[in-house]
Amino acid sequence: MSDSHIYLDNSAATRLDERVLEAMTPYFFDTYAVATSQFGYTLGVEAKDALDNARASLAARLGAKPEELVFTSGATESSNMAVKGAAHALSKKGKHLVTSKIEDFPVLNSMRTLEREGFEVTYLSTDATGLVDLDELRHALTPGTVLVSIQSANQEIGTAQDTPAIAALCHEHGVLLHIDATHSFPRMPLDVSKTPVDLVTISGEMIHGPKGCGALYIRTGTTFTKWMDGGFQEFNLRAGTENIPGAIGFAKAVELITPAETAGLAAMRDNTIARLLAIPNSQLNGHPTLRLPQNANVSFRFVEGEAITLHMDMRGFAVSTGSACFSRALEASHVILGIGGNHERAHGSVRLSFGRYNAPEDGIRAAEALTEIIDRLRAISPLGKD
Amino acid sequence: MPLPYSELVMEHFQHPHNVGRIENPDAKAIEGSPACGDMVAVYLQVDPNTLSITDIKFESYGCASNIATGSIITDMAIGKTLEEAKQITWKQASDALGGLPPIKTHCSVLAVDGLRAAIQNYEEKHGLAAEKEPTTLEVVQRRLKHVMNPAVGLDIIRTKLVKSVDIADGVIRIVIDMEPDNQFAGNIREEITEKLAHLWDVVSVSVEFESS
Repeated sequence: MSDSHIYLDNSAATRLDERVLEAMTPYFFDTYAVATSQFGYTLGVEAKDALDNARASLAARLGAKPEELVFTSGATESSNMAVKGAAHALSKKGKHLVTSKIEDFPVLNSMRTLEREGFEVTYLSTDATGLVDLDELRHALTPGTVLVSIQSANQEIGTAQDTPAIAALCHEHGVLLHIDATHSFPRMPLDVSKTPVDLVTISGEMIHGPKGCGALYIRTGTTFTKWMDGGFQEFNLRAGTENIPGAIGFAKAVELITPAETAGLAAMRDNTIARLLAIPNSQLNGHPTLRLPQNANVSFRFVEGEAITLHMDMRGFAVSTGSACFSRALEASHVILGIGGNHERAHGSVRLSFGRYNAPEDGIRAAEALTEIIDRLRAISPLGKD
Repeated sequence: MPLPYSELVMEHFQHPHNVGRIENPDAKAIEGSPACGDMVAVYLQVDPNTLSITDIKFESYGCASNIATGSIITDMAIGKTLEEAKQITWKQASDALGGLPPIKTHCSVLAVDGLRAAIQNYEEKHGLAAEKEPTTLEVVQRRLKHVMNPAVGLDIIRTKLVKSVDIADGVIRIVIDMEPDNQFAGNIREEITEKLAHLWDVVSVSVEFESS
């Protein structure tokens, strides 16, 4: 990778912050023991204390109690655990689940697995900006509904849902609510002591923390099935030797997120979007204001996204697209299709996601490069000329 | 560069040959659609005496493989007779590009189909084409040879993914040997439908997935 590389795919993975690595390092080389009870040996007790501190620090940021937070191997595991754990635990009460069409794959594919097991799933549509309609959600709830899973913000188009309103509605109907907050936590506010959500997926991977460490918030009293069999780790819900360096790194990464940094990302996002929308025949994907501070996503007509990303890569920019040709399954973005967009809009979509290591002008430079590339690809396209 | 494309693919992608339109072409064809994510337009100028291609241009709405294949195949076709140009296969185009990643072969097939469709357009206009061909089992199988199995980059006939084909009163029912939740099931369904649904005597196409 050359020095001039500009990384704008921070909603896929992020560069680790050195301060996170520094916080983690002693737990690889010095305090590497497993967490033991207070009757164990010194190294193990120290490891346990470190894990407890990381848990307490993360819980405080969410407004949760430490014992309500279970560490996992990341967002995918947390969402699998939340959706399947709650559905299985409550299957005697009912077998109906509700989610949205634009959820990320861990939730969506967990729902599909549960359908094959005999659950019934309602997939809510959204409006053209990606917002779930509260009335539609209300109508979807039946006496047999046991779980609603609606993300707090979208991975691709950035739209942020009205979580407090969704939570109030579910609470009123006595239905459990899972929130996938992978992309919003802790950059957007979520306080579980005020908002009645029952399960929350969080992860450190998108905020310059280590890969392979996330957590699931489980509100005290939530009926839940044990997720992994083995030892009695994580309150006997998720067995497996604790990833203590990961937990420390995750907590440190969250600690380093500041409102000032988030405001800087939002400014970069707004400048970039304004420049991209100046390109003719372009369209914003997602909500104009209710969106992740780090996310810009725009579709360009008459051109295909894989060709765009490849041209961007040759100019040193890493961006992503909802085009089928970019996807491992060769399928167009289910998010763009889910908000009512057509295949052409999905194929011509480009996502830029910002992070701590972007300079303020990175978005502008990317927009300049995109302007030129789109011009060039339109020149050879059979579309848009008549 | 750690990209999965050969240097030749990258060269043709960045600087495609024979790009653009021919005004008042002797023949033209468009294959694919914005919905399927790839679309190619091919324009031909043909010498009526020798029936050879004197000029050819293409336009692409598509990914790098599609653009590069459009570029190489127009290079290959120019100067050839229509009969010779018809024989150009996607495999030859792919080989001439130094190979394409398996998952990208369907994009190169589209460019080849575009060339063949343009030739067919010329033949139809000049009374060189045969009568409208009924869609028989053989026609379906021939067209299915242009649907790729993205996992390996070979067609679904050769990789034995087609379990059965039934044709009755214009209704085609195809069963693919694959789990319904296979990563590529959606893509294969789309590609098959695209290859068959527009044929003149086809009413509907259904694609089912059953793993044996």
